[in-house]
Amino acid sequence: MKDNLLEMKGITKIYPGVVALDKMDISVKRGEVHALLGENGAGKSTLIKILAGAVQRDEGEILFDGISYDQYSPNDAIQMGISVIYQEFNLVSKMSIEENIFFGKEHRNGIFLDRNAMIKKAREVFKPLGVEIDPREKISNLNVAYQQLVEIAKAILNRSKLIVMDEPSAALCTRELEILFKLIRQFKGEGTSIIYISHRLEEVFEIADRVTVLRDGKYVDTKLVSETNKDELIKLMVGRKLTGGYPQNNQKRDKVVLKVKGLTNHKLKNISFELRRNEILGITGLIGSGQTDLVRAIFGADPYIGEIFVKGKKVDIRSPQDAIRYGISYLPEDRKQDGILLEMSVRFNMSIASLKYYSHRGFIDKDKENKTVQKYVDAIRIKTPSFEQKSKNLSGGNQQKVILGKWLACASDIIIFDEPTRGIDVGAKQEIYTLMNNLVHEGKSIIIVSSELPELIGMSDRALVIYNGKITAELEKQELSQELILSKASTEGCETA
Amino acid sequence: MKKINFGYLFKKYGIALVFVLICAIFTAFRPNFINPNNLIEILRQVSFYGIVAVGMTFCLLTGGIDLSVGSNVGLALIVCAVFMAAKPISPDLTGGTNINPIIGAVLGILVSTGVGFFNGALINEINIPPLIVTLGMLEVIRGVVYVMTGAMPIYEGFEDYFRFLGQGSIGPIPVPVIIFLVIMAVGWIVLNKTVYGRYVYCLGGNAEVARLSGIDIKKIRYSVYVISGFLCGITGIILLSRLNSGQPRAAMGYEMEVVTACVLGGVSIAGGEGKLMGVFFGVLIMGILFNGLIQMNLSEFYQMIIKGAVLLMAVGLDTMSNARKRKLSEKAISKAKAGNV
Repeated sequence: MKDNLLEMKGITKIYPGVVALDKMDISVKRGEVHALLGENGAGKSTLIKILAGAVQRDEGEILFDGISYDQYSPNDAIQMGISVIYQEFNLVSKMSIEENIFFGKEHRNGIFLDRNAMIKKAREVFKPLGVEIDPREKISNLNVAYQQLVEIAKAILNRSKLIVMDEPSAALCTRELEILFKLIRQFKGEGTSIIYISHRLEEVFEIADRVTVLRDGKYVDTKLVSETNKDELIKLMVGRKLTGGYPQNNQKRDKVVLKVKGLTNHKLKNISFELRRNEILGITGLIGSGQTDLVRAIFGADPYIGEIFVKGKKVDIRSPQDAIRYGISYLPEDRKQDGILLEMSVRFNMSIASLKYYSHRGFIDKDKENKTVQKYVDAIRIKTPSFEQKSKNLSGGNQQKVILGKWLACASDIIIFDEPTRGIDVGAKQEIYTLMNNLVHEGKSIIIVSSELPELIGMSDRALVIYNGKITAELEKQELSQELILSKASTEGCETA
Repeated sequence: MKKINFGYLFKKYGIALVFVLICAIFTAFRPNFINPNNLIEILRQVSFYGIVAVGMTFCLLTGGIDLSVGSNVGLALIVCAVFMAAKPISPDLTGGTNINPIIGAVLGILVSTGVGFFNGALINEINIPPLIVTLGMLEVIRGVVYVMTGAMPIYEGFEDYFRFLGQGSIGPIPVPVIIFLVIMAVGWIVLNKTVYGRYVYCLGGNAEVARLSGIDIKKIRYSVYVISGFLCGITGIILLSRLNSGQPRAAMGYEMEVVTACVLGGVSIAGGEGKLMGVFFGVLIMGILFNGLIQMNLSEFYQMIIKGAVLLMAVGLDTMSNARKRKLSEKAISKAKAGNV
């Protein structure tokens, strides 16, 4: 046990409504590359945040380098020798590389900053990484791969004993990935431990020594990479057959209800596709590839050029009002930010978009309003003690249902769900899936944007994969597989990042 | 359980309670305070900024603010006065058209409504924060008023019947009070019974949710500043009639009283929360507080100190109760979850 650099035992973290981690165990040896695998929402990020001191655990113990730690702050973690490279980098984009890597530990000359010394030191750090880079360059001028190198340089300067990399490969192309792997092997040789988080199993087999699998916040198993295989890992990660647990849509696809032609904006390049009646169309891609931008454009929330046809008629959608008028509705990705008024009642939230249907000359007919709300509360089984309950007191699943109810009251035919089950617990997820299925049975059409591949594969009749603002694949239900989607979602090109 | 209920009751009726309490205190010190004449006098005093407070409530509810109200009331007043005056104050100044008071009043209200629209335009089209826009306009408009009058009051040429608006009364109740109550009632109906009112609350609650719910948030944002400007115009005209002279410094510092009254009445400075009924009591409290302080012979300087302190206290209570609410609801949520939703 002495060669364990890190031991986390029985780590438990409970957020309102969700048990993010349930007695999770993990240990990392010195000089080991330890992969962490799990579906989205399995609890990887929470575990990492606890390790980094950004989130405090509710239970469990952490032993690092032989010392037991109670509560500690992110700053303490850095002092201890733990560096975390998050997916969303922790860099100040308007400042230079040198300023960023020396942030909080600036070299001084008396009371003044010693910039020359810092620039020299920065160059020394970058040299063994094998990259030519001017430390005076602003972060905003760097591509993602270089920004990641800056994060790694920070970790080196901290003399980290443990570097955690959260999906470091998500935005890298093959060549950049090779450089990253070279670096990781170099760290390993120097005795630094790495926790490597990735969705891509091939990478795990290429770089990791051991792998720990989490599922639904629980520890599943730890395996030596040399003694396991892909199929076994997938089984451990998913814990069930991929398609099981999703209601089947056996409706025949009908006529086209939505047609998008040549849709382009700052994030999207020439997107064209069709959506049919009774169909659930999935849209997926790596984070920030343009999925959300696409549906927001269709809903009129973001500007675009291109043509949109609803039920064969060309429409001009310039704002959400327009989209709603044409029967399109949108359940946003960030429910609490963009979807619901937390301080307002269930009734207020559910009727806000459809008030004009039950008002006379601007005056609201309260009876009709209550009847409508009642109808949809019953129809989609929203659990709330009363209509006047503030939305923030509902669970995530019920909040999502309130937003859905709001759109059903508008009689929308095309419903766009953006990450519909993010942060929602398993039982409520199932209910949302069933609801979606019922809706297509009633003749509605659904677009589901999801980065949870099992969900996407389970729910979609057809799916579009987006990479870098372009559609890279259109897959039918029987073709959908995690591997194919991932390869299409991180397609070849090294062009930009 | 009992505690939460108490908090809820206080939130709902607390302001009325404070009102009664303050009345009681002043009556104890100055029995004359409760005299009907004095009470009517207080009502008359508060009607002017009370009307403005209705417009301010709309702005605050959307998450904005209108600090230009004091100057805007002054502008409507002066525009009306300048046109109604029998002759220009000095040869190089405009006005003195001896115009019919009704047309003068309409002109004054139009101008201040226009200022409201302009505020809305700067906020919507150039994206300057409302606080800055209206703070800037507060200064600009007062400057315009001074330029128009050469900083001199306008006395001459007002028709006698024009005085009715500000000085007359119907039965025992002064006309400004009636106008104030009517505007309060209309404002209450608009905020509580109409689709538009819902949209105002929704915009203040979360602008992005409002936009994604298909609400034309730009239109709503324009409208509240237009409403505020319009009500400033009405106030300006009544105030002119009351003073019976075009005072260039009229209504100075109204923004202070008005914002304080609104926040005292429970309107959240963050937007989306607040009731016009509360504002009504907020306005009354401001009125009795200063009437009482004057009766107790407190100098104007001390009144200023108290005015500022009341504003800070009201806002402080608002933010504190918000923080407490957040904590409470977090607890409630985890409790609900533990008991399996």
